[in-house]
Amino acid sequence: MSQPNVSKPAVPGSAVVAEVRRPRAAASAARRDSWLRRLPLLPALVYVFLITQIPFALTVYYSFFSWNLLRPGSFQFAGLQNYAAVLTESSTRIAIVNTVVLTLCAVAIAVVIGVLIALLLNREVFGKGVLRTLMIGPFLVMPTAAALIWKDTLLNPIFGLVDYVLSPIGLGHVDWVNRFPMATIVTIEVWRWTPFMMLIVMAGLQSQNLETLEAARVDGADAIATFRYITLPFIRPFIELGALLGSLFIVQTFDSIFMTTQGGPGQATTNIPFLLYLVAFQGFDVGKASAIGVFAVILTMIVATFALRTLFTIFHVEARR
Amino acid sequence: MSIATVRRRGALLGGSRSFWSLLAWVVAILFFFPVLWMVLEALKTEAQAASIPPTILFVPTLEQFQAVLSRDFPPFFINSAIATIGSTMLVILLGLPAAYALAIRPVKRTRDALFFFISTRFLPFAASLVPLYILARDLHLLDNILALIVIYTTINLPLGVWLLRSFLLEIPNDLFEAARVDGAGFFDELVGIVLPLVMPGLAATALICLIFTWNEFFYAVNLTSSVAATSPIFLVGFISGRGLFYAKLSAAATLASLPVLLAGWIAQKQLIRGLTMGAVK
Repeated sequence: MSQPNVSKPAVPGSAVVAEVRRPRAAASAARRDSWLRRLPLLPALVYVFLITQIPFALTVYYSFFSWNLLRPGSFQFAGLQNYAAVLTESSTRIAIVNTVVLTLCAVAIAVVIGVLIALLLNREVFGKGVLRTLMIGPFLVMPTAAALIWKDTLLNPIFGLVDYVLSPIGLGHVDWVNRFPMATIVTIEVWRWTPFMMLIVMAGLQSQNLETLEAARVDGADAIATFRYITLPFIRPFIELGALLGSLFIVQTFDSIFMTTQGGPGQATTNIPFLLYLVAFQGFDVGKASAIGVFAVILTMIVATFALRTLFTIFHVEARR
Repeated sequence: MSIATVRRRGALLGGSRSFWSLLAWVVAILFFFPVLWMVLEALKTEAQAASIPPTILFVPTLEQFQAVLSRDFPPFFINSAIATIGSTMLVILLGLPAAYALAIRPVKRTRDALFFFISTRFLPFAASLVPLYILARDLHLLDNILALIVIYTTINLPLGVWLLRSFLLEIPNDLFEAARVDGAGFFDELVGIVLPLVMPGLAATALICLIFTWNEFFYAVNLTSSVAATSPIFLVGFISGRGLFYAKLSAAATLASLPVLLAGWIAQKQLIRGLTMGAVK
């Protein structure tokens, strides 16, 4: 057989093709084989490359131009003007702060509640399957639909159910969405992403070795010590994975803001994606929107670098098992 | 520790089972409640949906669903279905061979390819919106479902490749060796061996594509207006709902959410694996 011997890598990503010296005919056959092997990868690679990199290159390109979509012929080189504008305007600072606050709060709360619920559902509780089914509901409901339901039927100051439930303790007729806009968005996002965190942590808990836990109990460790020293270190990579994937999604929050507050009141809930939407589709300022886009990419890549590292670590764990 | 103590503790834990069960049910119902409330509101009349205090007991009516379905909702729903089915098929068509190349017969620099795929998934949607809008405008693809299919395929393809690869890695290599010795060609190998074994992977991929495509709003709201608008866009019409349209709004929200809810519930096992791109089983 002229095919080079390819051993399946124990660790994904460390594919090592054994290079074996061979006569010329065999060498060309090997080259052909190597191309054949690459061929199935190409369509997907080219597709993703074109559709993601062309727009990205254009974003960078547009960011150096002054261009208003409503005024044809307004396309003019502007140097770093857009970046200067974006960096000096207070709206950018507010949007960055809002994005960070929203992402950190929503991820942190969702992770904590998600872990607690995962621990709860990992016990011998009655109707575990049904409980899990109920719990993932919020994640599956269309975000735009959920945001409307929250705003109009739950948090509405007159007809809302929350208003009705809280009025006996003196919290009636509170216009939650307008008085606590950021808290509203955080609540909706936490509600949506907690099930996601729960699912990941539950998967971690289920792969935990029960004998270790039994041994700890026999050794006299109480529940808190067992959790602190055995369970928590074990599920830590799962929590990290959930938190990082969650961050990458929540940093892009748009649906719930669009449907409830429209970024307001004022700029109270305008995050970077919403600011970009406003600049591009309310202001039609392509150049400035592109400059914001470049910032968004840089911000995301910082988070993503950590996320990818964690992802690869988890894959190594999986491969070793 | 004496055996008696261990036993007592075991009994104690057993005794508190009902407590933990109760707590778990309270928490789960609390989380599920907005979903339940959405469905309940949809089954009311408009007067009941906007009553003070909220109506808890009522005779359910399908009036709102009929109203939503008989009016302008179906085209939005159909657009969502076309976008979802179209992009899911493309993801599998492009993703399965790629996953095969990265898993079964690994090419050089597999890690780089995987890294590239996934890094594109985490690029902020916002950053590519303006150029995609301008490209779509110049190619006369604004308000065209084709533009959404192309974009959704890009969003889901990285997930699909990772996910399918994780399923392919589980297939014993011997199977392929055997096929190669038998002289099976590439396509015979793909169709005869890979396809049947990778079916659960295809299901998981389709599920994730469905979730992310059906619920996608950012591109849909900016690149479509009327002809190609998808289900979430239909709900935008209810934003300024100062009038008493809560029941109709809830019916529309329920109908729009139904496909993903049902699929997610049915394929719960695939959900977690899909969401983590195969990292967590």
